[in-house]
Amino acid sequence: MYIVVSVVILISITMGLVRAYRGPTLYDRVMAANMIGTLTVLMVSVLGFLTGRPEFLDIALVYVLISFVSTIAVLRVSANRYGTARDDATGSAQE
Amino acid sequence: MEHLINIVLLGLLMLAGFAIVRTKSLLAVAMLTSIYSLLSASLFVVLDAVDVALTEAAIGAGISTILMLAAIALTSDEEKAPRHTPLLPLFVVIATGAALIYGTLDMPRFGDPAAPAHRHVAPTYLQDTPTAIGIPNVVTSVLASYRSYDTLGEVTVIFTAGTGVLALLGFRPRRRNTEDTGRKKLVILRVVAKLFFPLILLFALYVLFHGDYGPGGGFQAGVIFATGFILYALAFGLSNSQQLIPHQLLYVMAAAGVLIYGLVGIASMLLGGKFLEYQVLANDPVTGQHVGILLIETGVAITVAAVVLIIYYGFVSRRPAPGDI
Amino acid sequence: MIGLAFDILSWVSLLIGAIFLLVGAIGVLRFPDFYSRLHAVSVSDTMGTALILVGLMIQGGLSMVTVKLLLMFYFMIFTGPTAVHALAEAAIEGNVKPFARKTGQ
Repeated sequence: MYIVVSVVILISITMGLVRAYRGPTLYDRVMAANMIGTLTVLMVSVLGFLTGRPEFLDIALVYVLISFVSTIAVLRVSANRYGTARDDATGSAQE
Repeated sequence: MEHLINIVLLGLLMLAGFAIVRTKSLLAVAMLTSIYSLLSASLFVVLDAVDVALTEAAIGAGISTILMLAAIALTSDEEKAPRHTPLLPLFVVIATGAALIYGTLDMPRFGDPAAPAHRHVAPTYLQDTPTAIGIPNVVTSVLASYRSYDTLGEVTVIFTAGTGVLALLGFRPRRRNTEDTGRKKLVILRVVAKLFFPLILLFALYVLFHGDYGPGGGFQAGVIFATGFILYALAFGLSNSQQLIPHQLLYVMAAAGVLIYGLVGIASMLLGGKFLEYQVLANDPVTGQHVGILLIETGVAITVAAVVLIIYYGFVSRRPAPGDI
Repeated sequence: MIGLAFDILSWVSLLIGAIFLLVGAIGVLRFPDFYSRLHAVSVSDTMGTALILVGLMIQGGLSMVTVKLLLMFYFMIFTGPTAVHALAEAAIEGNVKPFARKTGQ
């Protein structure tokens, strides 16, 4: 059963990778990366149960936090660079 | 079955590498590199290298992506077209790859128990760790006790790297609250960051002190600490994060971590042992090992967290406009 | 007997979760524009994650493993939607236009 789930997750990761490669916008790639992060977390947890080593869950927990923070980071960079709607007082147009 | 998963993961790694080479937008490349790290970390999980997987996830997918993004934010995010033909580099790459593959022909089979790596010192470590050091995680015992000289060297390298970045980039303090008005868009992020910030720090402490029993240790814990503060800086801006952990404190912390490590060594010399021989730190040799490992792991974590934050602050504070990363 | 019932429950949960993930991935691959793709991945991924974690929790029983899974559940239930919201907002700011048919408005 765990094997079926991990195979399904691997297939989904492949699809996400194709989307990350094809783009077309940066946001598509970030979305794909975020999705692959989620899927990796699930795969690591399922693999932990498959091999009977539940300490893998520590790694999965780290992944959750890390992939969230890096998604937010890339969005903040792109918002500073490409953002056009500068409604806030501080947004003196850079670049 | 595990072999199949290995092969699929390796194929996905190749796909990701191909995508990285073909993509021109550097922000997208940074994202793809993070995917690459996540995939290779899963590969390490399947191969049972749990500590390596944790490190790869925290450093490869997390911190290095964030630092790459911070560097891209200072420059351009378009890759320049090369001015020369790619034929010579291609030839060099193919020749190197062929040499590496030729080198693998001599290597022992995958998982071969008779491989030299498994026969030299590894059996000693595996046999002696439960009695001499008394912790279940052999990786930690090798890293922090048997090879503590190496680890001291690594921490010093990290400290030097932080000093180098500091010398090159420096830190430009900003006036307070120049970047913190009218950002209604960030409300959700801020609420979530507030919820998560203490939990991330708690989890870092868990990784630090649980490193004797499961995957983890000083390096990973330091990186997770830094990630927590970076999340805070992303949500609330650099000047607020400066209020939380000022950069002067970071300089002290970076040096203090290495000092703790070295002082443990000197303390064990004063108590009659050799440099970094932890047995003398307590009445019982096994307890002494525990105390020594925990102390030096704490030192490592402090230095790593401080250096990562110094590098991050160094990049981010150079942005002229009030961008937060 | 009761053990078998729990096993079946967790297997069903894992399977349905996996189907949700697969459907989300197909949506990410096949949908025509960014916002519909985002919609596909966000909704189905949250559901799939929840189901798979619940399935694993049933297998874990009352132990430290389940506590960690609960913690992961808590993290993911917050991070997923927050990341997707930030993505959508960044895309709107970055002038990504929704897909619309030219005729038949």
